[in-house]
Amino acid sequence: MRQSILSKNGSPLIVCEHVSCTYGNAPVVNDVYLKINRGEFVGIVGPSGSGKTTLLKAIIGSQPVAHGSITIEPHLTIGYVPQVETVDWYFPVTVEEVVVMTRAKTKWWPRITLQERTEVREVLEKLGIADVANRHIRELSGGQQQRVFLARAMFCQPDILVLDEPTSGVDVRTRHEILHLLADLHQDGLTILLTTHDLNGLAAHLPRVICFKKTVIADGSPRDVLTPQVLEATYGAPMEVLEHGGMPLVVDHGRMTMRGEGK
Amino acid sequence: MILALDIFEPYGFQFFRNGLIVATIAGALCGLLGVFVILRGMSYIGHGLSHAVFGGAAASAVMKINYFLGAGIWGVVSGLLIARVARRRVIGADAAIGVVTTASFALGLALMNRYGQASKSIEAVLFGSVLGVKVADIYAVTLVAILGLAVVVLGYRKLLFSTFDRDVAQVSNVRVSLVEAVLLAMISLTILVTMRVIGTLLISALLVIPAASARMTTNSFSRLLWVSPIIGAVTCFVGMNLSYHLDTSASATIILLDALVFVSVYGFAGVRNRTKMASLGHL
Ligand SMILES: Nc1ncnc2c1ncn2[C@@H]1O[C@H](COP(=O)(O)OP(=O)(O)O)[C@@H](O)[C@H]1O
Ligand SMILES: [Mg+2]
Repeated sequence: MRQSILSKNGSPLIVCEHVSCTYGNAPVVNDVYLKINRGEFVGIVGPSGSGKTTLLKAIIGSQPVAHGSITIEPHLTIGYVPQVETVDWYFPVTVEEVVVMTRAKTKWWPRITLQERTEVREVLEKLGIADVANRHIRELSGGQQQRVFLARAMFCQPDILVLDEPTSGVDVRTRHEILHLLADLHQDGLTILLTTHDLNGLAAHLPRVICFKKTVIADGSPRDVLTPQVLEATYGAPMEVLEHGGMPLVVDHGRMTMRGEGK
Repeated sequence: MILALDIFEPYGFQFFRNGLIVATIAGALCGLLGVFVILRGMSYIGHGLSHAVFGGAAASAVMKINYFLGAGIWGVVSGLLIARVARRRVIGADAAIGVVTTASFALGLALMNRYGQASKSIEAVLFGSVLGVKVADIYAVTLVAILGLAVVVLGYRKLLFSTFDRDVAQVSNVRVSLVEAVLLAMISLTILVTMRVIGTLLISALLVIPAASARMTTNSFSRLLWVSPIIGAVTCFVGMNLSYHLDTSASATIILLDALVFVSVYGFAGVRNRTKMASLGHL
């Protein structure tokens, strides 16, 4: 209903209608209606275990949909950035090899070509990690690791970036940097959909927030969505919402929550 | 002079030369595929599939069908069955392998019990036999090695992507299930053509130890793909020679040699890491 206000340039890229997903028993995602338009910057917030990752995987097509339908605009290229905790950091690959990986379908030649090497450098430079191109992925800081997978997603020149918990497990400064990086990419015209359980550090800064617990609880600007009622329905605990610098600030049991840290 | 003569003594025998060629190529092949086995955490698959192929070998011995044909079809079918069952996520690959392979192995044993006259060749299948190697084995293992090399070179990017990140590979239009089926079929074929020399029971080690040793020496996927086959080939070559002079089982000697390489690399890598860490500590 408020999507008409929020969508800048328009056309729907992803439409979920009555989407449910299950791992065999009760649905973990239930009856989701969701529309992502081109040019939007959307964050899905919810406690851990609320089904955010499952919904993202359904959208990118690696999780079967039990009921309902997901309509993706034809020829849409999705760049997916998995949650860093799910990556096998001991796998023997360098940063460069990870970034080039998405070319697997179109190219068979095993070696990275000169042309590809230049393209990789361009993407890495844009994300500020060009100096680690030949490092093994374990020899990186949390922020650099996040950027490597962002670079891989960017490498196939996507229309939309889909990121799962892009700020989990990183410090406050890195979180800030990632947020700014994403804002810049959005400014350059990319559509961004991400999940987070970090309300104040991330969600409150986005133009559109979806509170999610198995299904969409509320959808709109942070100011409209981050209310005590909605948050209690989402997190199952009473929360207070203050105003700080024109932005909502969620306070949990009298203590400021930095959800997403140390988890 | 006498020592030199001694070293070359086994080369006077046709059976030894044949066995040596098959074992060396098999070592390289297992080393190559072993990289995927260890990175995908499916070392149990070598163990399981070799048992499954044993069922096929027993059946073809009993029914007097050509070994490669009988055990081959059996192995490929087992591989595809495992891939199929493992796609049911609630079951999982390890349990799928357990179900398919133990059943196949039990069937092989039952056939062996029932039709005892075939037991001699079945024993050769279980423990490996240098004496049994024929020229056909050389052709078979060479063919599979070429095929394996072609699969790894041509499918390099798809194999790497789907091994490292299955979900995203799938989203990037890599046919992950096909990649996995091809890999399983290749492992089945490898087991099929190497079983006569290495033996069913010890083949799983050859699919794991060279790759695991190689993994400790490098952080590069492409380097792993040639270091591991070299370790496999060299240990098989040396192991075959040693087994002749020591009068020990070829398969046991090869595996012990591989284990020795593993332990050495493990110790060396440990020392290297400790010194690296120590030097970092001084910074
Ligand atoms: N592969 C799986 N098999 C079974 N249950 C799963 C699997 N993945 C997630 N779940 C369950 O589904 C629910 C939602 O998980 P998830 O989508 O990862 O939530 P979130 O990303 O919000 O933390 C959780 O209860 C989790 O335990
Ligand atoms: Mg999650």
